Amino acid sequence: MLKIANYTFQSRLLLGTGKYPSFEVQKEAVAISEAEILTFAVRRMNIFEESQPNFLEQLNLSQYKLLPNTAGAKTAEEAVRIAKLAKASGLCDMIKVEVIGDDKTLLPDPVETLRASEMLLEEGFIVLPYTSDDVVLAKKLENLGVHAIMPGASPIGSGKGIVNPLNLKFIIEQSTVPVIVDAGIGSPKDAAYAMELGADGVLLNTAVSGAKDPVMMAQAMKMAVEAGRLGFEAGRIEEKEYAVASSPTTGMVSS
Amino acid sequence: MTIQLNGKSVELPEHVRSIEDLLKYYEVADRIVIVEINKEIPDKKNYSSMHLSGGDVVEMIHFVGGG
Repeated sequence: MLKIANYTFQSRLLLGTGKYPSFEVQKEAVAISEAEILTFAVRRMNIFEESQPNFLEQLNLSQYKLLPNTAGAKTAEEAVRIAKLAKASGLCDMIKVEVIGDDKTLLPDPVETLRASEMLLEEGFIVLPYTSDDVVLAKKLENLGVHAIMPGASPIGSGKGIVNPLNLKFIIEQSTVPVIVDAGIGSPKDAAYAMELGADGVLLNTAVSGAKDPVMMAQAMKMAVEAGRLGFEAGRIEEKEYAVASSPTTGMVSS
Repeated sequence: MTIQLNGKSVELPEHVRSIEDLLKYYEVADRIVIVEINKEIPDKKNYSSMHLSGGDVVEMIHFVGGG
């Protein structure tokens, strides 16, 4: 069970809602993933022109815990403004702090992320910062009182998977709040790996919405997260340099 | 009156006075929408009583797909 602030969730897979090819595909993918937490963005309404249909509005949002992000913010102040707008909807009290510091890599600005998290905690939000895999920054965020740490596996949408498992492991080991690996997941093996490292959850979007078959991939990710978690809880064997026979080495048939 | 709405200057007809009127005028009253006026976010329950003034900077915000 995943516990964030006072909320508990059966699913450890958090799903983004961006870039699905159609509403039907999105709806089916969300359903089969069994995700209970959905992320989304906060934007101006496109009131002046006939806009593309907003898939998100067609989902029954009351079935999910909503995790809006502050994507688009480049400063702590902008992130706080976006978070307050999201909360004013009356539909959510959690916020994914996302303050991008570099347009090419979309890596988070550590200083502004820390500032935004502090300001949002003071405003009473449930704060989940998207951060780099910096171990010390993760500690500082935790010390502020954030409700979960969300280190990236690799750059957003890159699908490169976990590029620094050691740092993730350090963050997971030191953390007393949930650690949710967010961004960069490419395939089910990445999600399973994150969970085997001991992560409390995985947040992904493009890996599912951009897959050839998003619905099938959503199911695969659900299973990968579950398998990885079970594997972590079961306690894997130690790695050894050489072979150790699995069959008895006595009582051979031949002399 | 003329207001700044989502970055554009728009001329509103006479009968559009409150935030609620504005949402009805743009046919978004029954959708998930958050309004910001001059960087302040009014409470939803005040949408009908809160009047707009010429020159107001208004943002109409909603949720879109994202990760």
